[in-house]
Amino acid sequence: MIVQLIDYLKARLRLVKLYCYIGIGIIVIWSLMVDTHHAHTWVEKVVPVFWGIFGFLASVVIIFFAYWLGKSGIKTREDYYDK
Amino acid sequence: MTSNFFHPALVMILGACILPFIKDPFRKPYLVLVPLLAFLDVLYLSVHPGTYGIVHFMQWKLTFGRVDTLSMVFGFIMALMAIIGTIYGLHVKDDWQHIAAWFYVAGSLGVIYCADYLVLFLFWEMMAFASTFLVWFNKDEGALAAGYRYLLIHTFGGIVLLLGFLLRYQATGDLSFVLLDVHHPQLYTWLIMIGLMLNAAVPPLHSWLPDAYSKATVPGAVFMCAFTTKTAVYTLIRSCAGFEILIVLGVIMAIYGIVYAAMENDIRKLLGWEIISQVGYMVTGIGIGSSLAINGAVAHAFAHILYKGLLFMGTGSVVYMTGKNKFTELGGLYKKMPKTLLYTVIGGISVSAFPFFSGFVTKSMIIAASFEEHMYTAGFLLSLVAAGTFLVAGLRLPYLLFFSEERGSEETYEKASDPPWNMQVAMLIASFFCLLIGTYLPFLYDMLPNKGVEFNPYTATHMSETLQIIAFTALAFFLFRKKIGAEATISLDMDWFYRMGGRAFFWLAKNPLQWADTAWGAAYRVVGLYTLMTTAKFWSWFDWHGIDGVVDGTARCVRAIGRRTAIVFQRGQIQQTIYYTVSFAAIVLFIYVWL
Repeated sequence: MIVQLIDYLKARLRLVKLYCYIGIGIIVIWSLMVDTHHAHTWVEKVVPVFWGIFGFLASVVIIFFAYWLGKSGIKTREDYYDK
Repeated sequence: MTSNFFHPALVMILGACILPFIKDPFRKPYLVLVPLLAFLDVLYLSVHPGTYGIVHFMQWKLTFGRVDTLSMVFGFIMALMAIIGTIYGLHVKDDWQHIAAWFYVAGSLGVIYCADYLVLFLFWEMMAFASTFLVWFNKDEGALAAGYRYLLIHTFGGIVLLLGFLLRYQATGDLSFVLLDVHHPQLYTWLIMIGLMLNAAVPPLHSWLPDAYSKATVPGAVFMCAFTTKTAVYTLIRSCAGFEILIVLGVIMAIYGIVYAAMENDIRKLLGWEIISQVGYMVTGIGIGSSLAINGAVAHAFAHILYKGLLFMGTGSVVYMTGKNKFTELGGLYKKMPKTLLYTVIGGISVSAFPFFSGFVTKSMIIAASFEEHMYTAGFLLSLVAAGTFLVAGLRLPYLLFFSEERGSEETYEKASDPPWNMQVAMLIASFFCLLIGTYLPFLYDMLPNKGVEFNPYTATHMSETLQIIAFTALAFFLFRKKIGAEATISLDMDWFYRMGGRAFFWLAKNPLQWADTAWGAAYRVVGLYTLMTTAKFWSWFDWHGIDGVVDGTARCVRAIGRRTAIVFQRGQIQQTIYYTVSFAAIVLFIYVWL
């Protein structure tokens, strides 16, 4: 059942993507309506969709930091300790 | 001992000792029964709080059973995880693996219920030794060496802890395991904290964790991911709550773990890094030390044991079925292992704090506590890691393992299928609890140690925050997923220092020291040995034939016994020798304490 569902979705990737974007859109619109008066910091009150922007930037920072760190020599060949 | 107190650790130990005598068809029911009895014992104790199991040993008063709100919640989750872990490993025929796992659980329960450092140390070392065997039982290449590294590091940590509480005893005459004076830290406060922190895998003392957990047996890793670090979290809550340096270390830990997890190719090592990251939240909570933060640390440890156990069971199933453990040799497994995919995803979204799953109602407590205490840097950095957690455990792991292109050999895919029924049942139970914690709040919240702390995760603001982070993290992953794809590499870490340090020592021993030794040996042989040997030969002849022969033959008898003992006990495998020594010491200690 799970396999059929995934194959069904895989066959309609464009549609799935569209629904995902619509989902993100709904979350953004909802976040604009939520009362942020009791938020802990002023940025959350002032910047719309603050946590969305924060989440996106956080992911980008982690992805590219890990990528850069890996390239800088932290990632090495698998038999490094066996030589 | 109080008559109505029976230590849950003793249930596990006795159960383990009897196990070799239980044969089929009773063996499997027995395997489930023992942790179940320990769990019922824990439940019984939770309705009878108090102090039990006080033993006077030389001039010390040892307390084995301190049952209060904090030990109750940790005892509950550890005993529950023992049931789940044992069910997961039910198919394992080798009794020794179960025995090691149960001794390990017993060590953890012993630490949780003890109230002084001597008992703590006894069980602490029991955990370290028993868990080492869970690595050694794995026959894969590199497991033996990883086990030794694990054992050495933990022995070091144990010695630091021992040094700490002995210094404290010398200074204060007190062995009780209570909150240390963290506002006026002494040398011993630091040593105790470092000893405990090593088990919580706080950087730079963390490399043992991904190293050993990725090399353990499949069920062994499920046990290991639950007990060592979370028992250490418990001890840190007991002794170091409010120690502000833990906030800094916890946040570093959370970030460090997630960045390494994003680079990792070994699936269980990735989860190991993720443990470091998640324990970082708990350590931060302990450092903040407010009622909400401590509740958050406890709740997160509780939830973490279940979802991380679930993730280790899911990836363990892949390792067990395919024999492969790297992203570069796997991928596209959803067709072959759909149920494993489902459970792994449930674990993944629980750790990623999806609404209605366990992480959502626990992680947010720690983040909320840091904002409430006006620690904005910590709060924002932990939120950053929350996004990273979803990125790595919720997206990268399932994507590279079950979706994406098939990178493995044909043979791998022929072997792949959903695991045996017992492994699936264990995953089902863990999934159920992940959902239960997330949907029925009183289940966990009523167990938390600080009563009267109001916290409701299901507010519109919090839901909206979480959904925003989740949605945009998913978007970022979709756009940049190639940057953290599968690559056949390992990542250098702090273990480089002791691995390379060990190699330098080995070189030193092999070259200059060996040369000096050889030279000295040669000189000695020429000058002293010849004379000595000649005299010794004469006296040996005289002793054997003259004295022993004439008197009673004792020497012959002793030599014969010695030879027999050597054949049985000394097979030249140091693991076995250590095992016999430790078991013997443990038995002697138990006899001394209880009789």
